[in-house]
Amino acid sequence: MPRHKAAVAVFAALVLAGCTTDKPAATTRPAAPATSAQGSGTGTQSKFFVQADFDAQLAMRSQTPQGPTDKPWEQAIAPKMTDTAKYKKDGPYHLCFSNAAVDNPWRQVGWKTMQAEVGLHKEIGKFTALDAEGKDDKQISDIAELQAKGCDALIVSPNTTATLTPAVTAACGKVPVIVFDRGVQTDCPVTFIKPIGGYAFGADAAEFLVEKVPAGGKVLALRILPGVDVLETRWSAAKVVFDKSQLKVVGVEFTDGDAAKTKSIVSDYIQRYGKIDGVWMDSGATAVAAIEAFEDAGVPVPPINGEDQQDFLQKWKDAGLTAVAPTYPTYQWRTPIIAALKILKGEEVPKMWNLPQPKVTSENLSTYLKPNMPPLHYALCGCEDLPGFPETWGGKKS
Amino acid sequence: MKRALPILAVLVVLLAAIAVANPLFLEPAGFLAFLKRAAPLVILAAGQYFVIVSGEFDLSVGSLVTAEVVIAARLIDGDESATWPVLALLIVVGLFVGLVNGVVTTKLRVPSFIVTLGMLLVLRGAVFLWTGGAPRGALSEGFRVFGRGGLGPMPWSVLILLAVGAAAIWLMRADFGRTLIATGDNERAAALSGVRVGRAKIFAFMLSGLAAAVAAILLGGFAGVSAQAGQGLEFSAITAVVLGGVVVGGGRGSVPAAMAGAFTLEALFTLLNLYGISGALEFTVQGVIIIAAVAAGAIRLPRKFTPRRGDAHAAS
Repeated sequence: MPRHKAAVAVFAALVLAGCTTDKPAATTRPAAPATSAQGSGTGTQSKFFVQADFDAQLAMRSQTPQGPTDKPWEQAIAPKMTDTAKYKKDGPYHLCFSNAAVDNPWRQVGWKTMQAEVGLHKEIGKFTALDAEGKDDKQISDIAELQAKGCDALIVSPNTTATLTPAVTAACGKVPVIVFDRGVQTDCPVTFIKPIGGYAFGADAAEFLVEKVPAGGKVLALRILPGVDVLETRWSAAKVVFDKSQLKVVGVEFTDGDAAKTKSIVSDYIQRYGKIDGVWMDSGATAVAAIEAFEDAGVPVPPINGEDQQDFLQKWKDAGLTAVAPTYPTYQWRTPIIAALKILKGEEVPKMWNLPQPKVTSENLSTYLKPNMPPLHYALCGCEDLPGFPETWGGKKS
Repeated sequence: MKRALPILAVLVVLLAAIAVANPLFLEPAGFLAFLKRAAPLVILAAGQYFVIVSGEFDLSVGSLVTAEVVIAARLIDGDESATWPVLALLIVVGLFVGLVNGVVTTKLRVPSFIVTLGMLLVLRGAVFLWTGGAPRGALSEGFRVFGRGGLGPMPWSVLILLAVGAAAIWLMRADFGRTLIATGDNERAAALSGVRVGRAKIFAFMLSGLAAAVAAILLGGFAGVSAQAGQGLEFSAITAVVLGGVVVGGGRGSVPAAMAGAFTLEALFTLLNLYGISGALEFTVQGVIIIAAVAAGAIRLPRKFTPRRGDAHAAS
């Protein structure tokens, strides 16, 4: 019988290994509707929620950004400039980039855009990029490795907020550091570049639903995974909006960004409640799967939010949906390169570089829907004027 | 068939519990939606059954499903006329991956969980390399029909599931089935009595690859292009098979029981979701099931010493 015993042992080990390497995505909901203390069913507020940031971001939505209107990636909202004279040096420059990952279409589009931006500048002698493949430990060693390569400036797109903070803090002492996309919990980088932020995204989508869904309507909230600041803030802002509204949030579910799982979750909710009156999403990647769940159930698609992905915009137009797409523009990948060059030339940059964050609405939908781009392309790439467009981004010349 | 009875009893209880929580489930549309969603996993479980009953494992099916969906999207790229050639190619790829798994396991004598774990990583890496993490292209409507559409009220995936189930049962009743069970029960004895053990196992792996290809066609059709289409499916399929009472290590268990195990697992997930418990608990439940089922199998082991029908045949 030893063969069987060995098989049992190895098998159990494999199963355990399989479970622990999964993303921390699948967690139980903060509060099931039945046990929720709040009537709105949104659960407890995220520990990432900061009231002052929330207020600031919501206010920024109506402020006019400074800078060229045709280049939103160079614009800044309410910038407080910081002096960079001490970093001034002569070119050619060696720029380094520690990337969290290129594991989703949003990052793919952004990464291509960044490389194209690098190509525009002759004064960049060398561009070294390391991909952390979504692993915190790899990114920590990547950042350390890049410091040893004689970089003139270091750009970081952190994988997770808290874990990468010490690594970024350590790098700050040696080179000018530019952080973008996700944040870190220190203000040591010379500049932190981001669109207005997650609160604005989450609130834009939630306010749209509050406006379009009749009072008492049932809303399903779909999140990718917990623990990433840009995603946590999206949901925490939506929670604030929903808590003040007459809407009932019947479920807050994590989808792992997986289309099949999203479709199953939405189908289950349609079955369970008979009717879902609105869908809120913290990202639009699986919006089409959610829409198809309604189509396949033979019920009308309720008001929903997505993102500026082509497949969602196409579906929106074809099916005449009631929808909105707050964005997290991929054009922000151009800004760190521009910022790095400004810093190395001793020009001042905003300490907090807040980029405008447009919203796709039914009025401007047709300007963002580009028929020759692939389904997973992000419309706000700001890449149309870059060399290699559209082929580099997977598009076809029209 | 007798071995399928306990799992069928559990399944009936779960289905009744779902019906209590959600009366819509008793209507044809609600029940068919459940079957449609369960179909890919049930088909995968059937494929996994062949491998497990022959005494091996196939851990590569999850990433094979992902690879197939990504390949299909890239090659079809929204072009309707490419649908059928690509469907045929997917089947060939599935069979080929199974063939490689089988040949390496039997001819090179590498334990199958190492071979298929390696295959899992190879496929996952290849998909990542080819797509950079973001699948390109699009599936055609013709492709998606198998996962979304139906013949009248009957979803295609349910019809395909019925065909796969019938074929699996027929295979196990034919000579191949007996050969496979003999191989899993006692490889040496089977080999000594003239069974081509290696060939039987290679066939089992190819059937598992084929099942993964069919599951990928249904899943891709159901949910669209995704780089995570098959994530974790290998564990769900293995859980389903052991839940159906198939003994890890081989030699015992029936294919209807394995498929009933997959239905039970899917029903369990549906029920958890209906009661608002989902997410992490799914993994926990799966883990507990695997450990409990394997432990139960181990406790029954001494029965091997008592004469069984098969042994009596061998003795006579």
